[in-house]
Amino acid sequence: MILSDIPQGVSPLTPSQINQVKDLMGSMTPIQQAWISGYMAAAANAAGPIAVQETVSVEASPLTILYGSQTGNAKGIAADMAAKAKARGLDVKLVNMADYKPTQLKNEKFLTIVVSTYGEGEPPEQAEKLYNFLGSKKAPKLEGVQVAVIGLGDSSYEFFCKTASDFEERLSALGASVITERALLDVDYDDAASAWVDQAVDMFEPELKAVNQAASPALNALTGFGEAPQAVTSIYNKKNPFIAEIGEVQKITGRDSLKDVRHVEISLEESGLQYQAGDSLGVYFLNDSLAVDEVLDLLKISADEPVRVGDEDKPVRQALIEDFELTQSYPGFVEKFAAATGNSILAEIASDKAGLREYLEDRQIYDVIRQNPGDITAQALIDSLRKQQPRLYSIASSQKEVEQEVHLTVAVVEFDTHDNAHLGGCSGFLGRRVEEGDKVRVYVEHNDSFRLPENPEAPVIMIGPGTGIAPFRSFLQDREADGVEGNSWLFFGNPHFTQDFLYQVELQSYLKSGVLSKLSVAFSRDQAEKVYVQDRIVENGAELYEWLQKGAHLYICGDGNHMAKDVHQALLSVVQAHGGQSAEDAEAYLEALRDDKRYQKDVY
Amino acid sequence: MGRHLCLKTPERRNTQAMLDKVENAPDLESLPLSDNERLKAESNFLRGTIAEDLQDPITGGFTADNFQLIRFHGMYQQDDRDIRAERARQKLEPLHNVMLRARLPGGVITPEQWLVIDQFAADKTLYGSIRLTTRQTFQFHGVLKPNIKNMHQVLNATGIDSIATAGDVNRNVLCSTNPVESELHQEAHEWAKKISEHLLPKTRAYMEIWLDGKKEMSTEETILGSTYLPRKFKTTVTVPPNNEVDVHANDLNFVAIAEDGKLVGFNVLVGGGLAMTHGETATYPRKADDFGFIPLEHTLAVAEHVVSVQRDWGNRSNRKNAKTKYTLDRVGTDVFKAEVERRAGVTFADSRPYEFTSRGDRFGWVEGIDGKQHLTLFIMNGRILDYPDRPLKTGLRKIAEIHDGDFRITANQNLIIAGVDTAQKDKIEKIAREHGLLDDDTSPQKLNSMACVALPTCPLAMAESERYLPSLIEKVEGLLDKHGIADDHIILRVVGCPNGCGRAMLAEAGLVGKGPGKYNLYLGGNRVGTRIPKLYRENIGEEVILSELDSLIGRWATERHDEEGFGDFVIRQGVVKEVKVSLTDFHA
Repeated sequence: MILSDIPQGVSPLTPSQINQVKDLMGSMTPIQQAWISGYMAAAANAAGPIAVQETVSVEASPLTILYGSQTGNAKGIAADMAAKAKARGLDVKLVNMADYKPTQLKNEKFLTIVVSTYGEGEPPEQAEKLYNFLGSKKAPKLEGVQVAVIGLGDSSYEFFCKTASDFEERLSALGASVITERALLDVDYDDAASAWVDQAVDMFEPELKAVNQAASPALNALTGFGEAPQAVTSIYNKKNPFIAEIGEVQKITGRDSLKDVRHVEISLEESGLQYQAGDSLGVYFLNDSLAVDEVLDLLKISADEPVRVGDEDKPVRQALIEDFELTQSYPGFVEKFAAATGNSILAEIASDKAGLREYLEDRQIYDVIRQNPGDITAQALIDSLRKQQPRLYSIASSQKEVEQEVHLTVAVVEFDTHDNAHLGGCSGFLGRRVEEGDKVRVYVEHNDSFRLPENPEAPVIMIGPGTGIAPFRSFLQDREADGVEGNSWLFFGNPHFTQDFLYQVELQSYLKSGVLSKLSVAFSRDQAEKVYVQDRIVENGAELYEWLQKGAHLYICGDGNHMAKDVHQALLSVVQAHGGQSAEDAEAYLEALRDDKRYQKDVY
Repeated sequence: MGRHLCLKTPERRNTQAMLDKVENAPDLESLPLSDNERLKAESNFLRGTIAEDLQDPITGGFTADNFQLIRFHGMYQQDDRDIRAERARQKLEPLHNVMLRARLPGGVITPEQWLVIDQFAADKTLYGSIRLTTRQTFQFHGVLKPNIKNMHQVLNATGIDSIATAGDVNRNVLCSTNPVESELHQEAHEWAKKISEHLLPKTRAYMEIWLDGKKEMSTEETILGSTYLPRKFKTTVTVPPNNEVDVHANDLNFVAIAEDGKLVGFNVLVGGGLAMTHGETATYPRKADDFGFIPLEHTLAVAEHVVSVQRDWGNRSNRKNAKTKYTLDRVGTDVFKAEVERRAGVTFADSRPYEFTSRGDRFGWVEGIDGKQHLTLFIMNGRILDYPDRPLKTGLRKIAEIHDGDFRITANQNLIIAGVDTAQKDKIEKIAREHGLLDDDTSPQKLNSMACVALPTCPLAMAESERYLPSLIEKVEGLLDKHGIADDHIILRVVGCPNGCGRAMLAEAGLVGKGPGKYNLYLGGNRVGTRIPKLYRENIGEEVILSELDSLIGRWATERHDEEGFGDFVIRQGVVKEVKVSLTDFHA
């Protein structure tokens, strides 16, 4: 039976209660729904309605699960752990590291860290504050605290899961005891993560229960609601992506551009998927069938040979196109492929970690196979590969403007090495291979760490060179739909004015209508000396500082390795120069902005 | 259905109605002024907010009034029309750029200056070319906004500017290139320069904006007036018997009258002009009227007051009827002339006799009476570029590097290497031949064909012109050959719109762009450019154009009188009716 089936006269609930329950149900995961049914029943057996606000036990020492997520995976594991712990009646606090006061650490007894690593061994934006705090002199002694750490990363990067390791080392150094061996997981993490969570909860459970004996388990468990789940009105998510239709793919760089950037429109009609300005879209892609055929030819594997993928059988060609990673190379593949093909030269390369990384620098999986064809069975090939991970793109539209569509700004990754042309897996799919009407599997990845100010009067400063402009197109559409005028400043940069001014005509019209009040551009290669957004920030320092003093929110989107760092440095120098602050105070100034959620990043 | 040869009553009635309207013209001052008058008045002597626009990094174009005002500084905002739709889909603005038209009275440019413009074209223009034009000057096409100031400074440093080569002013003054009668040409050229300087705007806007000159806000435009002229104004100095400048395409012409090889004065021809608007019978190409002879000392006064009468009497309400030719037809030539005489304090004497016998350039080497050698090069479409098999631009650069004389751009878009010492002759010829600049096999038809720029840069173009001409010529050559007259030619001119740049309205066969691949075919101009052609077929594509020309060339080849040109033939045969008085005959 579902709610809408309950005739009002039959149900004991009033119409407004029915609506409240519907709203609540709509916002809950199946696990939450299951839990609350039990909770309601238990509460009904006690006396009277529950006064929720009085239920939090100040004495309780809950299991605090802190997550620092870049793409939502760490958050997902953290939520899974919270649910599992709650199911055992444990008191749980699930908190985004960005929302966690580091000074609170000294009050913790049971702590789990779920954190990813991105770029060159860097913490995700959400984790940065806590990470820095733990490394600073302000960090408190943590003797008696039990911790468990799980890290997510990508083994194709040099500093694999470095952030998680650092967290554990810093916590240990402060006196905390590690109660279960940390897990450092690669992109194909699902099963291992689930096993580690079970094991970690096992380890925490006895003492947690002992410490919190006095508290009512049902009521304490309520604190697990600390983080409100997103308004999910769709049954589609990462595990169950929506099969959407491609509307339009339009190149938006000029014909003489060195970059190929595509504006991609995807229909979400009938999916019920909702997104907010700042969210990302996860995209599963199909590998290039021509390249797959080439690989099969080389390995003398027949295209329709069946292979086992998870718990289904499908032809190897289809599996390679749909399910596996063939573009982003990573060390694990080389080891397994070398072993499976008995290729000793390749095995030797794989044995030297640094050498292997260098070897993989400019090679896709395709290249490794092309250069090392050998005898391998279809199943062994599949087993040496890892499952395709969806790619996340910052959404470039607002539903207030485009309704049932979602727009992306996709830079096609393209390079020639080893006598072959290469395309990025997903960018090649979206930018070059799909046509209007084709299908693509997508889901919405919410990102509460990148949101327009609640107060529409607050000024916004948006720094988004290159495809970093995507979420700001979404912001501007949003503000236009809401009738928010002015107080908005966009910094954009790219190589050439005539070729690479993404969404130029739209931005000109936003300037004209007043939705955008200021647009500062830096076209790096239009003059002898290169000019970047950070240079524009410094040039406009006085005004920018004035905006910050007036309460402006700062946003950065785009390349995290260089741009975001250079911009951060530029911001520091602006605060120093125009706020008359020392280097340290300037750092603290930006830190405070971050704490106020006025300095948000969506970098990759 | 297209309109055909013989116009029926409705058009006649329209013409009559229009005549009545002109004769009983309401007081023009009571009509609202055109918007261009407002923008000139508000421009603070052509400054506008051009300087601010140069600082705007968000668009490559100029905004609002500045879009028009930069024309007075010799530039037009254009874009690459070939990719306009593509860029719109890419959410990019059109590829805005400017075309610059230099001020080069009489088309004379030194080798040093040539090297400078050659370099700039290579480094800072989208197309990398130098375009010679019918205004006897060169144009840069495709200069992006950030390079504009630098362009003016580079030109200024070599003694070239672009003041008033476009807009409602007296534009670049033409002068016959006649290299043979060197002294006469020299004198005529001096007058062309003097007239150009005399009629130039006095505002310092150009120096302030482009050359970072000191700001001087007070400006008095004693001749042009604070709102400048009602419309563009074109002047020539012509040395008969060659009419390369096409006097009837110009508002004001000084036709040189010499006695014993010395210049003594000018016949003054006023009110020529070729621009018209498709579908508007109140617009038409018109020949200039002969006002009579003046001695040299009155030249500047007459120039000034033809301009001042047109300034005061020209139509400032309707820009399509604003040129001198319409003022003459409205007030009467005699009335206009009397006013010029009164203001200038001169009386026009009877015209001195002169004759035009040709309009084309004298290709190849000629020796001047001063003993200097002059080499006239045919430049297809005036476009100087390194083509794959014809590196024209490189060739001219190499010539400029060793040449001691000067270059003269002809009004037919060709180039004269003038004043070559006999000792240098062979060397220059060798370079010219090696780079495809000199080719003995160029057909007479090619030498007598001309096209304006049109697509992809000109915003007014309705059809291809420059890019179409080469293939059209080949086909017309085929027709001439087919009818056994391969050594003969038709003065053939193609223009992308009816505005007049390529002077199709003085051709024997003129094609005027109407839409993509479609042209109006006009017939009946003459070889020397003293008769306006008339509409023969409207809105036709190449197939019809060629089949019409095929049958007409066939008839011409067999039925013509001795030496009878194609244009004269079609008039004599009644293929089209002769246009004697444009006002009454052109649309009749």
